Amino acid sequence: MPSVKIPRKSTATDMTPFVDVAFLILSFFMLATKFKPPEKVPIDPPGSVNSDQLPENDAVMISIDSAGRVFYSVLSQKDPELKKEVVKQLNTLRTLNLTDQQMNSFMNVFAVGVPLANLGQYLSASKDEQEKFVEPGIPVLDSATNELVWWINASQKAFSERGGVKAQILIKGDGRSKYPVFEGVVSALKRNEEFKYQLVTSLEGVPNGSELEKFNAKKAKEK
Amino acid sequence: MASIEEGGGGGGHKPGPGVKKAKKLSTRIDMTPMVDLGFLLITFFIFTTTMTSPTTLKLNVPKETNKEEEQNKAKESGALTIMLGKGNNVYYYEGQLKVDASGNNFKATKMGEIRKIILDKKADVLSRYTRNQKCIDDKLAEYRKKNIKDKGLTDAEESCAQEDLVVVIKPTEEATYKNTVDILDEMSICRVLKYAMVKITPQENELIKITEGQPVSK
Repeated sequence: MPSVKIPRKSTATDMTPFVDVAFLILSFFMLATKFKPPEKVPIDPPGSVNSDQLPENDAVMISIDSAGRVFYSVLSQKDPELKKEVVKQLNTLRTLNLTDQQMNSFMNVFAVGVPLANLGQYLSASKDEQEKFVEPGIPVLDSATNELVWWINASQKAFSERGGVKAQILIKGDGRSKYPVFEGVVSALKRNEEFKYQLVTSLEGVPNGSELEKFNAKKAKEK
Repeated sequence: MASIEEGGGGGGHKPGPGVKKAKKLSTRIDMTPMVDLGFLLITFFIFTTTMTSPTTLKLNVPKETNKEEEQNKAKESGALTIMLGKGNNVYYYEGQLKVDASGNNFKATKMGEIRKIILDKKADVLSRYTRNQKCIDDKLAEYRKKNIKDKGLTDAEESCAQEDLVVVIKPTEEATYKNTVDILDEMSICRVLKYAMVKITPQENELIKITEGQPVSK
């Protein structure tokens, strides 16, 4: 019987289209990506249907982590000197006796969550040491020792000193944190005559058939 | 004579002995390392990218004032007070709080069911509204004066229709930040235009504690 010969096929396939697609995806991600801003503590913000964008400049961000610790940070990519100005103002406000070197090192700190008493110690520490530093958060719960009041006051002064733009207040809270901490933050802001805030949230879709959806549709028709 | 020379014709001379024909190199190159690298980069970008860009929810809080004339008084018929308790417990009452022999309007519900209650209250207020042209004209004039471009007739009509509706939000100490934001979000979902965040009163706090079965601190 004659044996049937199966023709040997080469295992090497033409990968060119595959590679093309892969690089297309790669270029998409490279262009579309926006790196996550540095985060000291992971914060999981609650969702909301509002779609206003988060500002990147001229803003003060107050973060609350899941354990209720409060962190303060200045968002000013355009003007890094602004951060130094904040700590300078804070230094004069509360006579912290910070050295120039300590104030310079504040520019490299993204978020700070130590009581004012430990601020000097924290700022003189090296970067590695700062990471190990136990940060209890800025005290806000007791109105007598609400130190965030001074941070806000210092940032208001610093913002008016440099350019005079009013700082936007961002509050980024973790969904699991408790309400009293948020209330403490708000009371610190209120004491500085700040009444407009933006709460950082992650975007959620508008529920189907809700009043908001109907309103948006009506609004679109009007235009 | 086993192989046929290509392009041998046309007066081409045969290479002599010792002259090797240049080996034709394949134009195919091994792309595997490049693909590997490509995929490595893709994975890197996928992990670092933030697809859900953070958004913000605007919150305006009122100035604390003790002056009677500066305080906004809410009409009782259009007031709904929502209190946020432990976990996803939500408590609410309409108008004034009544917990005596004459009746009890303090009710408990869950976070997921509060939307219906807000919408019911809104429908109740809207049903009592009759079109008020003066109010609409006033609102439109106000938008023009303040130069608010993105507000028009739809906004004015809506704003007048729910003139009386006020939702008061009172989170307790046990409430989470998530629930607080969720309830504020619920205001935008249900298009409630007037709402306020207010400190909880001791009486309400006590009622919630009793309902949740916690020891009441006196």
